[in-house]
Amino acid sequence: MSATVESAAKPALLVNGVPYEVVMGIECHVELKTETKMFCGCRNVFGAEPNTNVCPVCLGMPGALPVPNEKAIELVVKAGLAFGAEIPAFSKFDRKNYFYPDMPKDYQISQFDMPLTQGGVVPFWLGDGTHGSCRLTRIHLEEDTGKSTHASHDGRIAGSTYSLVDFNRAGVPLMECVSEPDIRSGAQAVAFLESLKRTFVALGISDVKMEEGSLRCDVNLSLRPIGRAEYGTKTEIKNMNSFNSVGRAIESEVARQVAVLEGGGRIVQETRGWDEANGGTHSMRNKEEAHDYRYFPDPDLTPIEFASADVTRMRAELGTLPAEILTRLISSDKLRPEQAHQMVDSPGLFAYFSDVVERCGKPQAVVNFVLGDLSRLANESSTPVPESNVTPEALAELVGLVEAKTINSKTAKELLTRLWAKGGSPNAIVAAEGLGQVSDTGAIDAIVAEVLAANEKTAADYRAGKTKVLGFLVGQVMKQSRGTANPTLAEERLRALLDVCG
Amino acid sequence: MVDATAIEIARAVNAREISAADLAGRALARIAERDGEIGAYLAVTGELARRHAERVDAAVRDGKSLPLAGVPLAIKDNMCLTGTPTTCASKILDGWIAPYTSTAVQRLLDAGAIPLGKTNLDEFAMGSSCENSALGKTANPWDRGRVPGGSSGGSVAAVAAGEATVATGSDTGGSIREPAAFCNVVGFKPTYGRVSRYGLIAFASSLDQIGPITKTVADAALVYDLMAGRDPMDATTVDLVPEPALPALRADLRGVRIGIVKEFGLEKLDPGVRAVYERAYADLQKLGADLVEVALPTADYGIATYYLIAPAECSSNLARFDGMRYGLRVEGADVGSTYERTRAAGFGDEVKRRILIGTYALSSGYYDAYYVRAQKARTLIADDFRRAFASCDAIACPAAASPAFEFNAKADPVSMYLMDYYTIPMSLAGLPSLSVPCGYVIPEGGRYPMPLGLELSGPLFAERSLLGIAHAYERATLHAQARAIPEIVAPVGAA
Repeated sequence: MSATVESAAKPALLVNGVPYEVVMGIECHVELKTETKMFCGCRNVFGAEPNTNVCPVCLGMPGALPVPNEKAIELVVKAGLAFGAEIPAFSKFDRKNYFYPDMPKDYQISQFDMPLTQGGVVPFWLGDGTHGSCRLTRIHLEEDTGKSTHASHDGRIAGSTYSLVDFNRAGVPLMECVSEPDIRSGAQAVAFLESLKRTFVALGISDVKMEEGSLRCDVNLSLRPIGRAEYGTKTEIKNMNSFNSVGRAIESEVARQVAVLEGGGRIVQETRGWDEANGGTHSMRNKEEAHDYRYFPDPDLTPIEFASADVTRMRAELGTLPAEILTRLISSDKLRPEQAHQMVDSPGLFAYFSDVVERCGKPQAVVNFVLGDLSRLANESSTPVPESNVTPEALAELVGLVEAKTINSKTAKELLTRLWAKGGSPNAIVAAEGLGQVSDTGAIDAIVAEVLAANEKTAADYRAGKTKVLGFLVGQVMKQSRGTANPTLAEERLRALLDVCG
Repeated sequence: MVDATAIEIARAVNAREISAADLAGRALARIAERDGEIGAYLAVTGELARRHAERVDAAVRDGKSLPLAGVPLAIKDNMCLTGTPTTCASKILDGWIAPYTSTAVQRLLDAGAIPLGKTNLDEFAMGSSCENSALGKTANPWDRGRVPGGSSGGSVAAVAAGEATVATGSDTGGSIREPAAFCNVVGFKPTYGRVSRYGLIAFASSLDQIGPITKTVADAALVYDLMAGRDPMDATTVDLVPEPALPALRADLRGVRIGIVKEFGLEKLDPGVRAVYERAYADLQKLGADLVEVALPTADYGIATYYLIAPAECSSNLARFDGMRYGLRVEGADVGSTYERTRAAGFGDEVKRRILIGTYALSSGYYDAYYVRAQKARTLIADDFRRAFASCDAIACPAAASPAFEFNAKADPVSMYLMDYYTIPMSLAGLPSLSVPCGYVIPEGGRYPMPLGLELSGPLFAERSLLGIAHAYERATLHAQARAIPEIVAPVGAA
């Protein structure tokens, strides 16, 4: 099964003239947002002085033992439930054995054959409005390693005369989300990652900050002729530090594999590192160097068992998920996918939007204000929209005034700037200052008469057939009315009076 | 007073008949006088002992009563004690100072025990004679030409030689019980999960258990009661509040059913040893116990099962000794060769042998055939015991097939592994099990009668009943007090 993308309008990838497709699966490591580490009481915070949040347990001191963080287990279960995963009644921790200087015990506590969650589907929308999804294989929980800084020129351990290790990160709870090979393009890969991120942030599972390393992802990528069932030989790409570099690394690796195939070569199964500066990937290690991790159940930890009541409770605690909100915004409220994403991804914005729409209806009008003028003002002032002086109540009034044609869009824009600065009620301001849009025929006719009297030559031109001058006359009516005249009505009355008097 | 029991000492100190400081001084003097001959200690913590003794005396002056007030304590050197060297008798940890204290030790110190020092063991508790120590040689106080048993050889020798009143031991496959039998002291391994392993340097995590080594069963009950109970730092400790065992000690065995294991027939033993155990079983009966035959058909697979599971776990547990963060480091050209050189120089042969066996057993392609199978066998062994305990309250058998042997007598590793034939099945099943002195035999070619131990084992979490039974047997037989240690009390002319 491939990703269910409801649009096929994709330029074909050609290898020696044969159409190919890219097949990708993604493994994401996500650091959990817990107070304390996975197996000890040390604080889980980013950016502390090196080796200050450490204890005998996370330093792997002789005799120290792990005690699992229940909160972390719950967060992973919730992550799975958010994507409809199955929660097995029984799970356990295993040891993954290999030597590395930043791994204090020289084994990592992880999960091998009984992960906390199994299956699930990650939905996403692409920029062109198409909807897709990617199946999850599993999500499991493990501990992070320390962070090494190697002294070599290329930052790798080989050739380093010394390395520095910070164990603050050692033992931080880390969940690994493994996808099925359902992803077919860089755009889908990025949309998949954004969907994960959006959900994890919304549920308080993780900060998902790639630049702080709280999300790290590896992409497994292979090519095959369209229609072939078997997968091609894959490479694993690592070291991308932003969603943008994930997209670029995929592009680069696809191009490299196409070049290899077109040159008659074969793809070698290997791990390749993305080099941000050069914009390319380089070989890190091949299949022959693969480890035998000698997984076995960790005898220091007892198996994890869930009662179905626990799972039911955790499912109930999820609340409305970002994917549900997106579906509503895109399908019911007819927002474009990027508008819907913006609405969901900016903290508090969707709640603000919902509040306004609840008061005045008119989601289209509200979204234009929220993502247009309000978001511009928010960027200029570094104040998020929901925290601004423009209360949902005020914006609802404003939308009401525009929809009722009491004020025109120009007035609305000016009013919004005033509300942003000082707050207040649009209804009250409009009433007090007479800013209401003039839609009264008698009043408009009076202004029209004045304008025609002052512009006799132009009126004559119009009557002589130069109808293009009508726009100028409308402008004069607007000017005369200080912008309050209803422009549609002004034009209509101008035509009528010009014809009558002609 | 140094030779009194823990119960007597604590009573006297709490009653201010003797000060803990005075007692600590005498105990340290005893060590200075005798340990050159015995070699029970790897490190003596005199300064720390005096500090603790002063604190205990101050508490007693304040009217407090401490259950182990002033009791001289020896600590097996695979248990962490803040600020003291903790070596596991391995070159790889030589000089490492523990930055924290193990839970079990802390509980004894909190109860007023005085830490005299750290005792010798087989390297990383892997061995049955203490000969695998890389840092020292411990002699059996009953015959210095013989081993004290192992791995808790230093702890049992310290108690047997009067260099400590109580000691901590750890038992993975018999490491408390076999040496206790060899040195005529009481050695008790509680149920797996009863005593915290936090701060015990792991050998095989699913089997390791800390327990007391004492002169009497009552002292073992006292120390066990203090050590037992859930520890938030050890996820494998059970969430059961143990009922104190000390008040449940009993004087007879009326109504007690003792299982005698069919497969452990005494006819396999040397006649002298056999006679001791026959008498021990008869003594149990005389005390009122019903002897019933029970079957443990899978117990014969104990050693094979154990020598897959324990090495598998140790291969992973001992990975952390890599020269990067603590302990020995032998620099190599790169990180890989530094690992190799450090571990090659730091570990002894037996430790390397077990790491290799365990690494092999866990390797891809062999895992199912070895590790998974061994786990299945372990389940079957535990099932056998469950069935056996349906018809008895405790099982009696030899703690070891022979008394302590001479140094270098078991050069072949497998012959050494067989020393734990009677103790390993209980370890695999996680059962509480102890060795209590049960008599003497003069080994062939030996100079002195050497002690033997009766192993008594109970169902899971039946420590209270088990200690009660052992106390009744000990009280009636008094083998531990039957004779003095020859070489120390009445030195025999140089051999």
